[in-house]
Amino acid sequence: MGEFLQNIVDALSLGSMYALVALGIGLLFGILRLINFAQGDFITIGCYALIVPSTDVTARMLIGAWSWPALIPSICLIVIIVALLTYALVFRPLRRTPSPTLMIASFAVSYIIQNGVLMIYGSRPKAVNLWAGLNSPIFIGGLRLPLLEIVTIAVALLLMAALTLFLKRTLLGIQMRASAEDFRMAQYLGIRGNVVIGLAFGISGLLAAVVSLLYLTQSGSLSHVMGVPLALYAFVAVVIGGMGSLVGSVAGGFLVGIIVTFLQAYLPPDLRGFRDAFAFAIVILVLLLRPAGLIQAKNVVERV
Amino acid sequence: MSKTVQLLIRHRSPIILAACVAVLVAISVMSGFKHLQVSLTEMLIRMTIVIGIYVFIGNSGILSFGHIGFVCIGAYAAGWMTADPDWKQLMLTGLPSFLQDEQYPFMVAQVGAMLLPAIVALALGAAIMRLRGIAASIATFAFLMIVQSFYSNWDSVTAGASSLARLPTIVDPWIGLAFAVGAIAVAYLFQVSRWGLMLRASRDDDVAAKASAVRIVRERLIAFVLSAAIVGAGGGLYAEFLGSMTVNEFYLEMTFITLAMLVVGGIGSLTGAVVGTVVVTFVIEFLRTLEHGVSLSATTLQLPSGSQEIGLGVVMALILILRPTGLSRGRELLEWRGGAAALRETVADRSARAAEIPDRSGSGVQFKGQEKYERANLEDSPR
Repeated sequence: MGEFLQNIVDALSLGSMYALVALGIGLLFGILRLINFAQGDFITIGCYALIVPSTDVTARMLIGAWSWPALIPSICLIVIIVALLTYALVFRPLRRTPSPTLMIASFAVSYIIQNGVLMIYGSRPKAVNLWAGLNSPIFIGGLRLPLLEIVTIAVALLLMAALTLFLKRTLLGIQMRASAEDFRMAQYLGIRGNVVIGLAFGISGLLAAVVSLLYLTQSGSLSHVMGVPLALYAFVAVVIGGMGSLVGSVAGGFLVGIIVTFLQAYLPPDLRGFRDAFAFAIVILVLLLRPAGLIQAKNVVERV
Repeated sequence: MSKTVQLLIRHRSPIILAACVAVLVAISVMSGFKHLQVSLTEMLIRMTIVIGIYVFIGNSGILSFGHIGFVCIGAYAAGWMTADPDWKQLMLTGLPSFLQDEQYPFMVAQVGAMLLPAIVALALGAAIMRLRGIAASIATFAFLMIVQSFYSNWDSVTAGASSLARLPTIVDPWIGLAFAVGAIAVAYLFQVSRWGLMLRASRDDDVAAKASAVRIVRERLIAFVLSAAIVGAGGGLYAEFLGSMTVNEFYLEMTFITLAMLVVGGIGSLTGAVVGTVVVTFVIEFLRTLEHGVSLSATTLQLPSGSQEIGLGVVMALILILRPTGLSRGRELLEWRGGAAALRETVADRSARAAEIPDRSGSGVQFKGQEKYERANLEDSPR
């Protein structure tokens, strides 16, 4: 029983991480029809921004040495700037192209960022010790829970609540939702497309920055492809949850976290390696059986 | 003019393409540089793969991110058939004995490398070919991930944890050329066949094609299987070129490079696939040389390592932005602007300048006249 509860907390913590990444991808898909593989590389940038740029084997902290009230906003700012740059340089000129072309472009962005990081920081993984205190366990009713997992879940819930408030209560948020529903109509009604899309990229960057800090604290090591698996699982989450639906992305994120944790815990050892194959087989199944995902977005119905 | 000459003139573009590639190979082989020949062989293998991908993407208009999965399947099929039996008995304990104890000749292995991906493509395609636009692209991507996960973990059959080794390395530029030319021929014959034409019709206007009794799903499936077989042959060539391989060779990196080649050349034409492969290879080799350092009279010009990859990414992004239909603009070689080709506006041409917003249909296909219709009906957008 204790082990089961432990797994539940693990699953929720992993799931909230995926949900945050999936939100970043889902937000952009809703407005721009872009599946942004570079979301994972935004996370990588957030992690690498903590250390001094060099190809040395050992990492020396730069921003990472600051206290958290300075550290968190700086990392967020850096990743948001990178996200906005990718929009300005690549995705903005491509705004009018069909969705698969955008997906290819995001591959290109991802490839450029990964190799840029490789060029500046070297290819060897580096150990980084960020906020070691968070990795100490706390005990609740006989359960041994890593503090970090609780923090991750709390931060994720907080961010989701804030995003919901923003989308429902502020003018810009309402404009974003309108754009996600029908971009052209929104433009006719005077919503500035660039502002809305730029904002969506900014929020994606913010989410990526938060995930990068949580993820790095947990994993403790840097590599230029560290964001890729996160982006891949988040992508699964977005498809399962329903493309274009933010609630769907979050639900998908938690679902993927649960599926992955429990497959890992209860699958026979021989089959554990095939975990990813199962996850992506589910993607194909969802596309075939329920193409709109678990929660259907309002705007995906194609009209001829 | 005799009939033969007329036939040759009508089908000049694949013949000229093949001839150009052959001349390129002949010159490089005669130059005698060993390094050049290795890169050239790899280019020809990649050309086979890119042409194979083009057969599906170019004709159906559906982007596939999963074809490198078929390359992987083909490469491992060829690997199982040609690796040293002693090594296979030691390392690949899960292989059936007809593979484990035997060593087949190259051409037989190539047949295997085409057959297995084709069978897998038939099964997969039967399921996913009815998906449209981005959903189909995502499904192919998921397929790539499944192949990757399967082959890297099925240790007793693929040696996924280490590498599949002890393969004969017999692929030289001439064998590469033979397969690349073969791929050009097959791809061309397909695209001018009735199946290819029906598929292209469905790419340009799926509603009209359906109304003209084109069975879109079936035509797509035919192209999918054919293209899987071609890229599988490319995978087989890779196996016999590298001598030992890991599953990671056939993953996102190769997916990116082959797609970059197709995008740079132009997704919509066979000429684009061939030209794109040559141009991108040239860019890669050029940057790679600069990474090693070039001495210019007094100073040495050297780019930091990684610039090759970044350069490729930038080239691809620039092409997508500045010339979305690629270098070939979706046309075949020597299709003159004034001829019938000019009337046949390519899909990409249209969608590139059509709407002011991202394409909501997601299929990458715009209906004929849609643009005009939308301009006339601003308040009642059809999407």
